Amino acid sequence: MTALGKLFRTTTFKLTLVYLTVFALFAAFLLGYFALNTRRLITEQITDTVNAEITGLSEQYRLGGIRRLVVVIDNRARRPGSSLYLVTTFNGQALAGNVTALAPGILDNPGWTETVYHRIDEAETSEHAAHEALVRVFQLPGGFRLLVGRDLDEREQLYRIVLSAGRWSVAIVVVLGLLGGFLVTRRVLRRVDAMTETTRTIMTGDLGGRLPVAGTGDELDRLAGNLNAMLERIEALMHGLKEVSDNIAHDLKTPLTRLRNRSEEALRTAKSEAEYRAALESTIEESDGLIRTFNALLMIARAESGQARDNMSEFDASEIANDVGELYEPLAEEKGIALKVEAQTPAKVRGNRELVSQALANLVDNAIKYAQPAGTGANGATPEIVVRAFNEDDRIMLTVADSGPGIPAADRSRAVERFVRLEQSRCQPGSGLGLSLASAVARLHGGELSLQDNNPGLKSVIALPRGGPVQSAG
Amino acid sequence: MPTYSDIQGARVYGRMAEAQPDRVTMRLLVIEDDRDAADYLVKAFREVGHVADAAKDGEDGLAMALDGQYDVLIVDRMLPKRDGLSVIGTLRDKGIETPALILSALGQVDDRVKGLRAGGDDYLPKPYSFTELLARTEVLARRRRGRTEETVLRVGDLELDRLSHQVRRGTEEISLQPREFRLLEYLMQHAGQVVTRTMLLENVWDYHFDPQTNVIDVHISRLRSKIDKGFSQPLLHTVRGAGYMIRDGAR
Repeated sequence: MTALGKLFRTTTFKLTLVYLTVFALFAAFLLGYFALNTRRLITEQITDTVNAEITGLSEQYRLGGIRRLVVVIDNRARRPGSSLYLVTTFNGQALAGNVTALAPGILDNPGWTETVYHRIDEAETSEHAAHEALVRVFQLPGGFRLLVGRDLDEREQLYRIVLSAGRWSVAIVVVLGLLGGFLVTRRVLRRVDAMTETTRTIMTGDLGGRLPVAGTGDELDRLAGNLNAMLERIEALMHGLKEVSDNIAHDLKTPLTRLRNRSEEALRTAKSEAEYRAALESTIEESDGLIRTFNALLMIARAESGQARDNMSEFDASEIANDVGELYEPLAEEKGIALKVEAQTPAKVRGNRELVSQALANLVDNAIKYAQPAGTGANGATPEIVVRAFNEDDRIMLTVADSGPGIPAADRSRAVERFVRLEQSRCQPGSGLGLSLASAVARLHGGELSLQDNNPGLKSVIALPRGGPVQSAG
Repeated sequence: MPTYSDIQGARVYGRMAEAQPDRVTMRLLVIEDDRDAADYLVKAFREVGHVADAAKDGEDGLAMALDGQYDVLIVDRMLPKRDGLSVIGTLRDKGIETPALILSALGQVDDRVKGLRAGGDDYLPKPYSFTELLARTEVLARRRRGRTEETVLRVGDLELDRLSHQVRRGTEEISLQPREFRLLEYLMQHAGQVVTRTMLLENVWDYHFDPQTNVIDVHISRLRSKIDKGFSQPLLHTVRGAGYMIRDGAR
């Protein structure tokens, strides 16, 4: 019973009921209209025939007097059919015809009347012999009255047939509709139940589950398809989150362990104040590194969540390239690297100036870290880093190209992931988050970071759409 | 936990500070609900010779700050009873212009902008080093004591003309790049005070992020080679564990 109750509560079933009611009412209206119209048409036809007959009979009377009329009527009255005739004298005495037991006073009113009569050849007492008829009384010159009519049985019969057909068809429509609604609802309900079941297992933690798709391409399939795509995304995100937390655990735990070990060791072995001091200093250094990593992480999380979008304005990317180049130029020079800036002005772009500067600074910082030191570069030439800013179609490009060892093509996409430090970078200082941050900043602006081959060396490219990120809402 | 301390830096700083003859004792109010952090700050400030009080929530802090006796307020952003920004806002509404430095666990650029817009004069994200906090506090206190906008800055025999953009040491003209000029200008504006690397990055380059490698050091050494090289008396000093200071050592 609860299953049935559930069935009746479904939207599909309620919709079926509404449609059914509307359709049944419409069918009833249509049939009723049809029945009434038929009846009206038949009545019109009767009227026309009767009028024509009266005209004909009047003509007979005019030509041959009452005698001829009586003969004609007698003739016609004898023919089987639904035609009714009666000729009476002025005082109501019947001269010829097939009608009797007319309601009193009918003959006194010339014109149309619907009345009840008995046929002369039937027994007067029989109850069933009373028929309905539509008659016209006509006053003939000379005091005679002529009555011509038609039995209405046929008309009534047709009317009844149509009405009963109507009733039946409405009943059938209702029954079939209910049955169809029931079946459709049960089918839909079964699919929805299957979905609910799957969702429940997914909610209990099995993210690998997917909703069943019937393959019919209907709206339920589309819904299931979209939900599956959403699940796919959630699973990917969860996977990413897990990877990130594993990486956090690794990259934060390692320095934390080191920090703890050193403090412990100092407690155990340090003898002089100078030794304690050295231990404390290295502790502070280590925690500074931790804070740095932590800040970079927060920054990435923030860029990825899109919060920084509120703080966007228009700025010139060439200025950023010049500023960042100027900030790093002395450092590069100190390392024997030539840092050049080639900025095309103007290169206006909408975004967060601070974040884009930081992203570019990270790329330059990386380039300086990995560029070959002087004399060891290709052909013994001075290694070079080129920072470029230029317009390309509707995008602003910020590129940093170095002549260092580069990153193998297979590792490039992995290098922009959070926390990924390729083997060569393990020995270098830094959180290993520089590329990840640059990538997150690019994505925040609706652009992307890509790593390309500089033959030799690495070319990091930040491409930003000039108009800033496309807002998803509002 | 907010307190990451650079005790070593503070000690060095303290010794440096004691060597400064024009040093003035500051009266400070620390509004911070974390008792450990507040105690630590009060103790550290006293250690380097300043007078510091602590308030444990926004209401107390506001009441204490209202008499305007303090040189600098150090206000935690998130406080019980009354938010740090609201404390500063109320003070400003009442016409009390005591410089305020906001401490906050929210260190992002837009949080910072919000803090400064609410009437704060500087913003330091947690965890901070005490040296950094002290350096910034002293800059704020000096600003309160009133610094005239001199057109010519002088430290020893080094002279910087802010209008003609000329720098000379003794009789020798020194040519500087625009950024080097701004760097020297900032250092000379705060002559005798420790200026940290982040302060330089913020005020000379207008960047609020950490550039990973210490790029500032290289800029400083370039500047140093231009203004100190060949002179017996160095003016630009490195304060270990803290930052830099320009001062006339001969005085």
